[in-house]
Amino acid sequence: MANTQFTVDGKNVSIDADPSMPLLYALRDELNLKNPKFGCGLGQCGACTVHLDGVPTRSCVMPVQAIAGKSVTTLAGLGTPQKPHPIQTAFLAEQAPQCGYCINGWIMTAAALLKEKPHANDAEMRAALGDLKCRCGTHVSIMRAIKRAQAEMNKA
Amino acid sequence: MAKVHTSPTPSPALTGTSRRDFLVSCGALVVGASAPWLAGPAYAQSNATVKPALSADELDSWIAIAPNGSVEAYYGKVDLGQGLAVAIAQIVAEELDVAYGKVSIIMGNTASSLNQGGASSALGIQSGAKPLRNAAAEARRLLVQAASAKLGVAPARLTVSDGKISSLDQPSLSVSYAELIGGKFFHSKVEWNKKMGNSLGIKVKAKVKAPADYKVVGQALPRTDVAGKVFGTEGHMNDVKVPGMLHARVIRSPLAGCVAEKVDASSIAGIKGARVVHEKHFLAVVADKEWDAVRAARELNVQWSTPKNPLPLHTEIHDFIKAAPTVKRTDEAKNGDVAASFAGAAKVLEVEYRWPFQSHASMGPACAIVDAKADSATLWTGSQKPHFAAQGVANLLGLPPDKVNGIWVIGPGSYGRNDAGDAALDAAMLSKITGKPVRVQGMRHDATGWDPKAPASVHRARAALDASGKVIGYEFISRGFSRATIQSNESDPRDSLIGMEMGMKPRAGVGFGVPSETYGFDNKLLGWEVIPDLIAGASPLRTSHLRDPVGLQVHFASEQFIDELAHTTGDDAINFRLKYLKDPRDHAAIKAAAAKALWQTRASASGKQTGDLLKGRGIAYAQRGGTIVVVIAEIEVERKTGRIWGRKFTVAHDCGLVVNPETLRYTIEAGLVQALSRTLFEEVQFEPSKVNSVDWLSYPILNAIDAPETIDVVLLNRPELPPTGAGEATCRVVPAAVANAFFDATGVRLREAPLTPTRVLAALAKA
Repeated sequence: MANTQFTVDGKNVSIDADPSMPLLYALRDELNLKNPKFGCGLGQCGACTVHLDGVPTRSCVMPVQAIAGKSVTTLAGLGTPQKPHPIQTAFLAEQAPQCGYCINGWIMTAAALLKEKPHANDAEMRAALGDLKCRCGTHVSIMRAIKRAQAEMNKA
Repeated sequence: MAKVHTSPTPSPALTGTSRRDFLVSCGALVVGASAPWLAGPAYAQSNATVKPALSADELDSWIAIAPNGSVEAYYGKVDLGQGLAVAIAQIVAEELDVAYGKVSIIMGNTASSLNQGGASSALGIQSGAKPLRNAAAEARRLLVQAASAKLGVAPARLTVSDGKISSLDQPSLSVSYAELIGGKFFHSKVEWNKKMGNSLGIKVKAKVKAPADYKVVGQALPRTDVAGKVFGTEGHMNDVKVPGMLHARVIRSPLAGCVAEKVDASSIAGIKGARVVHEKHFLAVVADKEWDAVRAARELNVQWSTPKNPLPLHTEIHDFIKAAPTVKRTDEAKNGDVAASFAGAAKVLEVEYRWPFQSHASMGPACAIVDAKADSATLWTGSQKPHFAAQGVANLLGLPPDKVNGIWVIGPGSYGRNDAGDAALDAAMLSKITGKPVRVQGMRHDATGWDPKAPASVHRARAALDASGKVIGYEFISRGFSRATIQSNESDPRDSLIGMEMGMKPRAGVGFGVPSETYGFDNKLLGWEVIPDLIAGASPLRTSHLRDPVGLQVHFASEQFIDELAHTTGDDAINFRLKYLKDPRDHAAIKAAAAKALWQTRASASGKQTGDLLKGRGIAYAQRGGTIVVVIAEIEVERKTGRIWGRKFTVAHDCGLVVNPETLRYTIEAGLVQALSRTLFEEVQFEPSKVNSVDWLSYPILNAIDAPETIDVVLLNRPELPPTGAGEATCRVVPAAVANAFFDATGVRLREAPLTPTRVLAALAKA
């Protein structure tokens, strides 16, 4: 057991756990966050994605000890119903998710992409999202939503 | 915006059970938000507020009106994120004449909703809406009757608008639903057909509205569950926590047909609170913390029994299917003299198609929590059939069915009988053994490796043509593993992994399916043959329903064969179909798709293409449970890499009356993409000793790079016809549409799915 300190959505947290425990378990079980999700535990699907110092990261394969002093942003920290991130607004407008289990990963990854490349084209978007899974098959809605968000963000 | 709840949310006042602990522990998980009025003092003190026990013949079991005039409707199926609850709320609002925004749909809790079969065969509206439609109409009739007595106005001279009943002759004379019954119950019987599940029906004295009078039904109202998902404010089953619960991981053999012979509990002695549960061949670990359960499952030293190699070689599965004995053969549709037609044929075309095992591969491994007491139990489940899951728990634990409260919380999409049912029963046994609430969740290898699979199959098609090219004989026989070697619900523990591990014999279901079409060939036979199961027990290749069960298999073959016939006779693929199809709705759908896609009439593969990128278009059509669907695929084939991109799709969809065009469109679109994934990528890999598809690398699905660029959906609305299903029909025509487009692009047939780059390159090399 070891104590690790970092921030989650702007708040300081301290986790006393097996240092090899993935960050995902700290977020879900110690901090009771409903996002991110456990999808594979292998870094293959993206359902567990958070931003680590702004970079999309698979929290299911990131040992908690490796994030000491770092800043974690989850979906709840990205935006709220009162103060939504444009990506969330667009996903809502396009009714993108079905079961919604994967959607955390798409939103978090797309938000980082549009921040880094505000004018990403279709191919760049597909490539950036290529490692995410959606089993319901909502990819087309998701692509529409990201392009809608992009248009809104570039207008602002 | 309407409060259409997509989580079961009965208040304590309604069910008589306290959910407070659960509420506190999981915070924002909708629970308890549904009906604050029900717990209010006015309601609690009123005499008429005693709700009759849940029963299909009680109107109060279907619908309730709150003091503020809002409405709760109790639905016995569940919405898996396709907007079904919105459509049900529209139908209830329509018949009851209240504003749509006043209706909440409460679903998935066995204490407050009847068993309408859960999510099943795209029947959510087709069957599931009927009792609610009738109940809403009946509630309106009774309320108008009560208003008539109160106002002294004949019912015929009353009108209803948004829950307010007014005199036509003196509009100021009025009374609201809320004033008449708000917070009280009808205590009125309806005529129940004594059936449960999909066929549960009720008759009422009230007349339902004519479709011509619909105002709410037909509107493109948005879903109400989306915000909770994109903001992460509403959780899934995997997010539910119950105080005092243990975390469990079930350990299943990595080798098919093997059992744990020796378990060394000391191997996890160093993990705090971790312990082994080993009953017969059921093996699990439990711990206070989830990560400790994960570690314990990983580190537990287990000696498995000698490998039995019960599976065929993956690469030989179709030869195995052909050589296996036939358990059952059924000729489902037969007319004329097929043998004679072939004897007299000028030309015979005979072809074989192949489909692999496929996995539900849900986005997250299934999760369930059971809190088993001595004489009752509570189940939290993501199963799409929570009533049946609760029955399964009752049967496994030896409890009366009414002593298990099943509570559905949306899980990772299931698309049929995925791993959710097994998780529910695993949790039940572990809770019983440990005496605590137990949360079971699988790892990825459980979800992909151990879910029930869609069956592999071989399809033999042959047609007899006369000298003019007319089809004079037609035979289509599917042969494979049964569509469900375990039942499509988990109500009987014999159909669960734990049941089999505890020594129960599985009840092998025997069945397959035939194409659903109206081709009017003289001398026609459609049939199927089923071969024996591979393992008579817990098998990673046991089969059960996966979205549109056997629909993709069968129509991949049958609609590709129709295309082959069109090409053989030199005909355009659409002309050929129109020549033989009998149903005018089939013709209308095909023509609508062709017009939207700007289909060029010509024989397929008529122009030899050069270059590295080959383009083709293909069509496929089918019916499903009254719904007619046509898909035109426009694809690109990369000659060098063998990659197929399904770039553009056009769908024409006729499911009778369209209740909500927006949710319908999204449902069709995503169903198409999922089917495209199964067409191009999905194939369970195995070897004689084990299944090797256990994660997203060994069981790849479609990703964003391969997602279509455009999906055009043409909805053929037929208000004069009752609504039929939309959740599955589109899926079945996607594989053949793509395969037919591949032929158009390359002049080569791909008769084995999935249409992977390896198969594409091999086929092109032979061309």
